Amino acid sequence: MIEVKHVNKSFGKTQILKDISATFEKGKVNLIIGQSGHGKTVLAKCIVGLHEVDSGEILFNGRNFCKMNRVERTSIRQEIGMLFQGSALFDSMTVEENVMFPLLMFKKMTKKEMLTRVNFCLERVNLTGRNSLFPSECSGGMQKRIGIARAIAMNPKYLFCDEPNSGLDPKTAILIDTLIREITYEYQITTVAITHDMNSVMEIGDNILFIHNGNNWWTGNKNNIISTENPEVTSFVYASEFMKEIKDSIIEKNKNK
Amino acid sequence: MKLMEGFGKYFLMLTIVFRAPEKISVFRRRLFEELEHIGINSIPLVALMSSFIGGVIALQTASNMSNPLLPTYTVGYITQSSTILEFSPTIISLILAGKVGSNIASEIGTMRVTEQIDALEIMGVNSLSFLVLPKVTAAVLFFPILVIFSMGLSLVGGWIALVLSDLSSTETYVYGIRYYFEMSNVWYALTKCVVFGFIIVTISSFYGYYVKGGSLEVGRSSTQAVVSSSVAILVANFLLTQMILLS
Repeated sequence: MIEVKHVNKSFGKTQILKDISATFEKGKVNLIIGQSGHGKTVLAKCIVGLHEVDSGEILFNGRNFCKMNRVERTSIRQEIGMLFQGSALFDSMTVEENVMFPLLMFKKMTKKEMLTRVNFCLERVNLTGRNSLFPSECSGGMQKRIGIARAIAMNPKYLFCDEPNSGLDPKTAILIDTLIREITYEYQITTVAITHDMNSVMEIGDNILFIHNGNNWWTGNKNNIISTENPEVTSFVYASEFMKEIKDSIIEKNKNK
Repeated sequence: MKLMEGFGKYFLMLTIVFRAPEKISVFRRRLFEELEHIGINSIPLVALMSSFIGGVIALQTASNMSNPLLPTYTVGYITQSSTILEFSPTIISLILAGKVGSNIASEIGTMRVTEQIDALEIMGVNSLSFLVLPKVTAAVLFFPILVIFSMGLSLVGGWIALVLSDLSSTETYVYGIRYYFEMSNVWYALTKCVVFGFIIVTISSFYGYYVKGGSLEVGRSSTQAVVSSSVAILVANFLLTQMILLS
């Protein structure tokens, strides 16, 4: 479990995060949603330590990450897997070397053991036998799956996904969502995903945090986000005419019940 | 103020770069990769520049030796002195600042803007040490080899130019090279190139690592890296000459 307590973060005179508190539960897909520029990525980067918070606490299973030194943080970071928006694969390395990289750096394993683990991770993301490809030879969806394979290589306790299905077609996006959900449930990982994608919200949002102007504006799940009366959330979720029609049909359906 | 801030940031970066690597075997592998990128891949350029400029130095010296009181071996002596003292360590380093420096800045800068450095940090890897330390070590180890190679080729280039132009004989040229040869000059040149190698890699890495934005900024940081490295080399050259040759 990850707990965020009263976190504030500013860049210069602009305050991005305003007293944010949230809990991200183990074995659930926790989504951070909200409009662009409202602080979702900054919050995620604060949690993983890429940005230092101005005040507040971030607890990984009760361990205060903000008060740790570099060495202590390294041990927590080895429990974290992260899938980046652009996959962030090392382009000078093959798929196999990318997935093997964290094992090579931190695990005392033989080459054979590492290879077994790499093949297992690649199989888990349906990329069996693609070991020798370079990232530039892979499609966007494949790169995301390689990113997931690399993120789970170390058996992480926490998985962070920054817009996991941005730039993907709807079918591949659903595939990535399903993969994230399956991995979260299977390995009981605390997953935190930032997304704009309403399909993801409705599909995998076990726990949803809506950020608005740097504030924790609304908390809920995929079931109660449909019926919420919160105007900011409603205008975000039902931004398109298509989604408004869906909302009306859901309300109509509920009335008939 | 910004300049002072930049210096502070640079020296802070160095304190992180020179931390013990996470895994020696990975460091060793990366070091060999960098020896190839920074060192071996620079050999053709260094060879080309050295042999031609060596030839030009010898020809220019010979063409200006109109005074009959000057011994003919002076051409060899001047070619040797200017090559060992200045051309091979300094000019070759300035050329490598362009080739190696821009390569390092754009490589690390691209890794920064594509979040590859963030990925390293999140895994718990000291990204600065992982990326920069093998490069610095490779440069410090291989630059002296490149400079010795350059010295040799420049002298050979000078010899070929003189003999082909019939401006001097082989014996006179070799005598000139050996005349008043001081080994301390070679040590001075090697000391300089070690310092220059360090400057090129660390300054270029600094510009690449702290780049913000996209591909345009990566290009700009690459140019800035070359300019700053070159200026730093010129300043360091002056200071080292003061300290070593004139002390």
